[in-house]
Amino acid sequence: MASSNNYLFFLGCAIPYRVSSYEVSSRKILAYFGIEIVEMPEFNCCGLPLDAIDHEVMLLLAAKNLAHAEQQGSNILTLCTGCAGTLKKVNKLLKEDNTLRQHVNEHLKEVNLEFKGTTETKHLLQFLKENIGIDKIKAAVTKPLTNLTVAEHTGCHLLRPKQFNNFDDPENPQILKMLINATGATCLEYVDETECCGAPSAGINDKFALQLARDKLDHIKAVQAQALITICPFCHIMYDTNEMRIAKLYNETYDIPILHYPQLLGLALGLKPDELAFNDLKVDPKKLLEQIINP
Amino acid sequence: MTESSNICSQTCLENQSIKTSEIDSQFKYELVKLSGSENFLKCFQCGTCTSDCPIARYSDNYRPRTLIRMATLGLKNRVLNNDTLWLCAACFKCSDRCPQGIEVASVIRVFRNLAIDTGCIPQVFKDQIGAIFDSGYAYKIPESRIKKRETQNLPPLPKCNTENLYRLLKNTKMFKKIQLYGEVPNGLKQ
Ligand code: SF4
Ligand code: SF4
Repeated sequence: MASSNNYLFFLGCAIPYRVSSYEVSSRKILAYFGIEIVEMPEFNCCGLPLDAIDHEVMLLLAAKNLAHAEQQGSNILTLCTGCAGTLKKVNKLLKEDNTLRQHVNEHLKEVNLEFKGTTETKHLLQFLKENIGIDKIKAAVTKPLTNLTVAEHTGCHLLRPKQFNNFDDPENPQILKMLINATGATCLEYVDETECCGAPSAGINDKFALQLARDKLDHIKAVQAQALITICPFCHIMYDTNEMRIAKLYNETYDIPILHYPQLLGLALGLKPDELAFNDLKVDPKKLLEQIINP
Repeated sequence: MTESSNICSQTCLENQSIKTSEIDSQFKYELVKLSGSENFLKCFQCGTCTSDCPIARYSDNYRPRTLIRMATLGLKNRVLNNDTLWLCAACFKCSDRCPQGIEVASVIRVFRNLAIDTGCIPQVFKDQIGAIFDSGYAYKIPESRIKKRETQNLPPLPKCNTENLYRLLKNTKMFKKIQLYGEVPNGLKQ
């Protein structure tokens, strides 16, 4: 295994395409804890979007990224649950299945790479818990968000399929809750916490995607969450970008800001909303920020 | 009206009577050889997958249990030439909860992989194939976004070597198929 402190930053495609606030705030909190970030030397999509078209191509795209990390003697840190799910899955499949590994390596040879199985992929959530630690995060909080009650949404690809999730309970996820509690905020329970955001259906059938997002917003509104905390660019787009559209479509009012977890943590660490790209959010967080800053 | 913007000609036809002429008795043996659907014949039709499926909750036609049943019966064309296949959100609830240990979402994925031979590919996927071969990224990242990175103090985006991508994929089956779609991405014209 590559040395545990050595991580390549795997940005994925959705974040630079639409959700840079997640990247800005993540880099800020990682820097706060002194984590050195190394950029990918060469990058391509993790492969997930093409799994539907051709499984083999997905495997190759993922394996190429893993092999780049191996070549650098590094592990991979990713912010996107889709990338994390895919890279973790392919890593495990190739480590355990010799025939498949040989097949993939035949193709990788064309680009002078080889998959050996010496790297590990972690999503930011897992990295925060295992490499920084909840206690250290708690101790670093200078502005505890004690008067804030929020809800969490961990996202499908980090939790399921369960055989590829080696760090949280897929039926009753706890880690994002623990990390939220570490900021001083209270994390509420609500109906159907592990339900899909609907993002993969957008573009195929927007109606179903928006229905799913609406269900989530209804459920967190019912418990009076002041914000929803996400850790994936797709889930964030689904709720933040679509909240006003959903409200109009179903004649509802929500006004619930959707924050990336690093934005929430950043505030608790005393970072300024500007540094954490709060002005990129579509659902106006002004009221929420006022309440946090002048309780 | 179909639920998935008319990708191909039909939606789930579970209520139509079955003609022996449409049964492909070899289809299930084809499927058990493919990675992802190896054990799909263990399905005992309990319906857990459909009852847990968030898409089935809203769709009148999308039913993972029914798709698996149709495949077992050999109704290959009904399964593959079928708009509803593309509705699955890949949330993996069905895979985690199937009492028979079938990775239902992977079975659906196998159906999709086979369905592309019929040319039934939703436009979003065509766009993503094109973008990946052109740039390595699944979306065409607008120039304005790339410029904005500087003002946000973000480093330049990691580069993709599309020549390497071409070399990596040139011997795959999909590479040959993709030429059939007629819209060959720039990155592939080498
Ligand atoms: S949950 Fe499994 S056994 Fe039950 S119907 Fe679905 S695939 Fe078949
Ligand atoms: S993975 Fe697809 S079929 Fe399975 S429950 Fe989720 S949406 Fe339904």
